[in-house]
Amino acid sequence: MNIIKSILKRELGSYFSTPLAYVFIVIFLALNGAFTFYIGGWFEREQADLIPFFDYHPLLYLFLIPALSMRLWAEERKSGTIELLMTLPITTFQAVSGKFLAAWLFSGIALVLTFPIWITVNYIGNPDNPVILACYIGSFLMAGAYLSIGSCVSAFTQNQVIAFVIAVVICFVFVLSGTPLVLDLFQGWLPQILINTISSLSITTHFNSIMKGVIDIRDIVFFVSFIACWLLANIYIVELRKAD
Amino acid sequence: MTSNIKISVQNLHKNFASFKAINNISFNVREGEVLGFLGPNGAGKSTTMKMITGFMAPSTGTILVDGLDVQKHPREIKKIIGYLPEGAPAYADMTTVGFLSFIADIRGYRGKEKKQRIDTAIEKANLGSVYRKTIENLSKGFKRRVGLAQAILHDPLILIMDEPTDGLDPNQKHEVRELINEMSRDKAILISTHILEEVDAICNRTAILSQGKIVFDGTPQQLQAMSDSHNTVRLSLMDMLNPNSIQKKLLALQGVAGAYYETERNSFVIIPDTGSSIINQVSLMARDEKWKVQEVFVTTGQLDEVFRNITTQTTQ
Repeated sequence: MNIIKSILKRELGSYFSTPLAYVFIVIFLALNGAFTFYIGGWFEREQADLIPFFDYHPLLYLFLIPALSMRLWAEERKSGTIELLMTLPITTFQAVSGKFLAAWLFSGIALVLTFPIWITVNYIGNPDNPVILACYIGSFLMAGAYLSIGSCVSAFTQNQVIAFVIAVVICFVFVLSGTPLVLDLFQGWLPQILINTISSLSITTHFNSIMKGVIDIRDIVFFVSFIACWLLANIYIVELRKAD
Repeated sequence: MTSNIKISVQNLHKNFASFKAINNISFNVREGEVLGFLGPNGAGKSTTMKMITGFMAPSTGTILVDGLDVQKHPREIKKIIGYLPEGAPAYADMTTVGFLSFIADIRGYRGKEKKQRIDTAIEKANLGSVYRKTIENLSKGFKRRVGLAQAILHDPLILIMDEPTDGLDPNQKHEVRELINEMSRDKAILISTHILEEVDAICNRTAILSQGKIVFDGTPQQLQAMSDSHNTVRLSLMDMLNPNSIQKKLLALQGVAGAYYETERNSFVIIPDTGSSIINQVSLMARDEKWKVQEVFVTTGQLDEVFRNITTQTTQ
């Protein structure tokens, strides 16, 4: 546990020792504002909720979260520090989870910094705060899911741009996997049960269901096992390809 | 004796696709020994080190570190090894002390002991002046020493360093060599280098790798003895009036295989028969002939010449 904590601390520190953390947070907050007020038309709706705010998170995360995860392993490979890290007395599990948790915690910090909008909605009206809390939890879980994809992809390459682009594409597939765009690809040649499975792997579907304000155990199980699967793949890839 | 063997490599192979990077090498490193890996670039020095430290898995063969199989006990062996990878990688965005503090955390040191370990490593690697500087802003020499400090922080039983003095200036090289000498008493040390004089300065054994094979394993003195110019005597006189007659007299000496005059250095090179020493005969002759000797000395053989001979033989 101490080792995971040390890796987490170092990793989180490295976000803040470069401009990355600040650039990310500023852009995240600015885009959130733009989506909520202009595209989502939050004021015009005259409803005391944060639906327009959370509605755009799947889309916003699609481009922002891979920017957080792309460096996790690609940079270690590029600079050769992976050789240093993996010859320290740690397990690959500890390295992967420490790094993932650091990125997840960072995305959590960015999410918490959106609190002014929560204050605003409470000042203007009387929103259903438990629903808002559920939305925040759902959004945080979704960020974790995106990050687990990004971290795994990052272990494949030493090029951060490649890690970013591929992570965006894979995240995109999981965002849209409940929609005809993806399902039509498989329609007709895969059995219906598999198509239903693909459809149920949609991040958006599970996030939308949490956004209704009910935290269903099935959604939690989905996100947790989704993250676990990608991190397992991540461990496997690091083991296999660390010395390449 | 066997318990003194800290690193034992047996029949090690490593293939990358069809390329044989390491082709059946075996060697041991004992406590108190400093083994220097010599070899041209791409000979397999770094690959071997990566396998000993558990970073890379061998294709076949076994590696025992302090009696433990590297493949079966990766964490245990990593605890007792200090490793400086090639190019001394370190997290560029951290400060010297921040980086060492991270290593100390991972190695399980806390509180007072942690501080003491970091201070000792900083002192030994002479990093006091860059304590709070960011690693990416350090010069190449300092970066290398940060890597060195990281490797010796936990006072490891086994120290493996891939080109520890690469990029250092002569003074820094000297310091690092002193440090290695100092630590060598109670450790088993494996270093790789392409600087031949370094082998002489710090190693008590050397192995030459070429094309993934060990082509020489012995002491630096044995290596020098393989040189054609080993035990050659060089003689300079004040007045080289008649080089030809002097050459004839030298050639007549017992045990002398050849002698020639080198105009540019204004001296004679006298080559002995294999295995014999001729300095005594030469100096006796100089006294008897009343030559005004400016300089007379024995050369111990050129390492680079031996190195080139050994490593190019295997290539052809």
